[in-house]
Amino acid sequence: MEMLNIKINGKDYQVEKNTTILEACHKFGIRVPTLCYLKEINEIGACRMCLCEVKGARSLVAACVYPIDREGTEIFTNTPQIRKYRKMNLELLLSNHDKKCLSCPKNTNCELQKLCVEYGVNEKKYLGGEDPIRKEDHSTLHLVRNNNKCILCRRCVAACKQQYVSVIGANNRGFDSMIGCAFDQELDNVACVSCGQCTVVCPTGALVERDDTDKVFEAIADPTKHVVVHTAPSIRATLGECFDMPIGSNVKGKMVAALKMLGFDKVFDTNFGADLTIMEEGTEFIQRVQNGGTLPMITSCSPGWIKFCEYYYPDLIPHLSTCKSPQQMQGAMIKSYYAEKTGINPKDIVVVSVMPCIAKKFEIKRDDQGRDGMPDNDISISTRELAKMIKTAGIQFTDLPDEDFDPIMGIGTGAGTIFGATGGVMEAALRTVADVLTGEDLKDVDYKEVRGTEDIKEATYNIAGKEVKVAVTSGLKNAAKLLDQIRAGESPYQFIEVMCCPGGCVNGGGQPIQPGHVRNFTDLKALRAKALYEDDLALTYRKSHENPEIKAIYDEYLEKPGSHLAHELLHTSYVERKR
Amino acid sequence: MQKKISNIPFAGTPEQEAKLKEAIARHKDDPGAVMPVLQEAQEIYGYLPLEVQTMVAEGLGVSVEEVYGVSTFYSQFALSPKGKYNISVCLGTACYVKGSGEILNKISEQLGIGAEECTPDGKFSLTACRCIGACGLAPVITVNDDVYGRLTVEDVPYILNKYQKS
Repeated sequence: MEMLNIKINGKDYQVEKNTTILEACHKFGIRVPTLCYLKEINEIGACRMCLCEVKGARSLVAACVYPIDREGTEIFTNTPQIRKYRKMNLELLLSNHDKKCLSCPKNTNCELQKLCVEYGVNEKKYLGGEDPIRKEDHSTLHLVRNNNKCILCRRCVAACKQQYVSVIGANNRGFDSMIGCAFDQELDNVACVSCGQCTVVCPTGALVERDDTDKVFEAIADPTKHVVVHTAPSIRATLGECFDMPIGSNVKGKMVAALKMLGFDKVFDTNFGADLTIMEEGTEFIQRVQNGGTLPMITSCSPGWIKFCEYYYPDLIPHLSTCKSPQQMQGAMIKSYYAEKTGINPKDIVVVSVMPCIAKKFEIKRDDQGRDGMPDNDISISTRELAKMIKTAGIQFTDLPDEDFDPIMGIGTGAGTIFGATGGVMEAALRTVADVLTGEDLKDVDYKEVRGTEDIKEATYNIAGKEVKVAVTSGLKNAAKLLDQIRAGESPYQFIEVMCCPGGCVNGGGQPIQPGHVRNFTDLKALRAKALYEDDLALTYRKSHENPEIKAIYDEYLEKPGSHLAHELLHTSYVERKR
Repeated sequence: MQKKISNIPFAGTPEQEAKLKEAIARHKDDPGAVMPVLQEAQEIYGYLPLEVQTMVAEGLGVSVEEVYGVSTFYSQFALSPKGKYNISVCLGTACYVKGSGEILNKISEQLGIGAEECTPDGKFSLTACRCIGACGLAPVITVNDDVYGRLTVEDVPYILNKYQKS
């Protein structure tokens, strides 16, 4: 490894050859401002915010794409000229930006706004140019695009491309340039899978989730409604970030306390729904193996992944598990089992789910979910929306004491909690499948081979004398590789887990937004997943079938996994979607 | 200028499709194949409607949006078909200072279409073009192969009338 001696702002440093200026500066404690740069997926040097001076270079260079390849390179990151140009750059970006910060959903959480403050930008400065009013796209259930706030950084385009979807891109030219879909279609008319990765990377308010918090407040305020909330496994590992807590803080107890203060009548854990999913999905897997069903079987918890399969690989729909997602199972059980047990008319129950995902807003409205015209869940909000509600209510989140989820769907196992990270569904399923097939209470429940953030993980396990070959992937680009293998008839696996978002739900489209300079230099996925695996270790029950509330629901209500009633309430079907 | 998307129904023939498929096959493994294939597609169809861009995207294994992005970036690609009579208004420097901008506006107003668009009856299309080398006659328009020079806005209705009748 060749090391170079360089100078940054007159100070001596050593870096590996071909490190970019941006990376070198980060290493030595200097944050160079960026807007377009996203490590590995959008290294295009387009926004020019990261301009730095390299002594002897013809002009200022873009730090994000400039490799340091010469001994003795002298770099300046903070000269009067650089500050002037960066400021001018921001003024140019503002010259056709709507500047309605006060009413912007990203107000105080906007990378453009923060840089404007840092550089003392004067928004009134006249810079000429056209500023047409651009059409907003409110066509989908999951997000809103407002191109009047777009700075054409193309991060969303890169995120969409990384997901193998590529339904958005830069259209037209010059002042007419804008990010949109082919033939100016609205997003709802193209094959968008609703994953929301674009909303997580947008540095401004051009892309935001559809805000459903008003509906939730309204339901809580309605005395005729019994409002039940349940929170997905990964929310406990990420919600704290919205309150400036360190990435990877487990805030389960505070989250439950905050939900109770918000006025929900019952606070349940979607980990229970995850455990129920394992009971059904594990049984389905065993039956498919024993009865010669379609293999490999692929998990079906991730609605973005399901939509992707329906659009792009409809021929592989028979491989999908027929199980509803944990969100939908939980909702279905609240409106049947819980309603019957408490004697509340399910029509008076409003089920709110808190999800790491904005595709869940689409999932609750899917066909073949719900019963008797009643949806399983009424409103689905993201981690970000929950944080907003807590702030609106004036709840001092970080000071809250821990509280526990409510019975009868408040116990989740470690198997349920790890659903939030890539590999978690597989590991949870294996824990149960292995016990069922061997008839034993196996002590070794750690399936470490399927953990971690690598693109594709594979493992072979010997369960009760039978070899089970599994694969785990996240991110649709990676999923496509495994799907192509199935199409070609070359898939060696019996069981595959797919999560739509890279790294799984901890990195979902509804999760807290970290600015580029954090995202680029922090392994968000791993830090957040770590909180879940620690939660798993600390829990009394680590296998779904050991969950006493799960045992109770089968004893009292569902009879057994895969029963007629279970099928009616907990399984679904899929449709081929035209692109 | 933002390109206008034609709403005239697509009327491609199997012969055209076969030609396009052949072009796609020829370029499939080239880096940056979208542009040359779009050029050939435009030669085959005269313009690049959604149906054609979808075939190009599927043939090359890229998204329709990527193809659309390229087709809207370069001014030579048209999203509307050419009419029976294609009117080109020269917006080169000499014609422009002599008022060809107003002439373009007048034609646009009379036909009810913008530049790079086609009338619904398929009769007229309108193009804003670069210098055609007849600066001495500025401002200049052409209607197919006919050239009209030293124009004023008042001349426009008479010229259009001539073709409207035929």
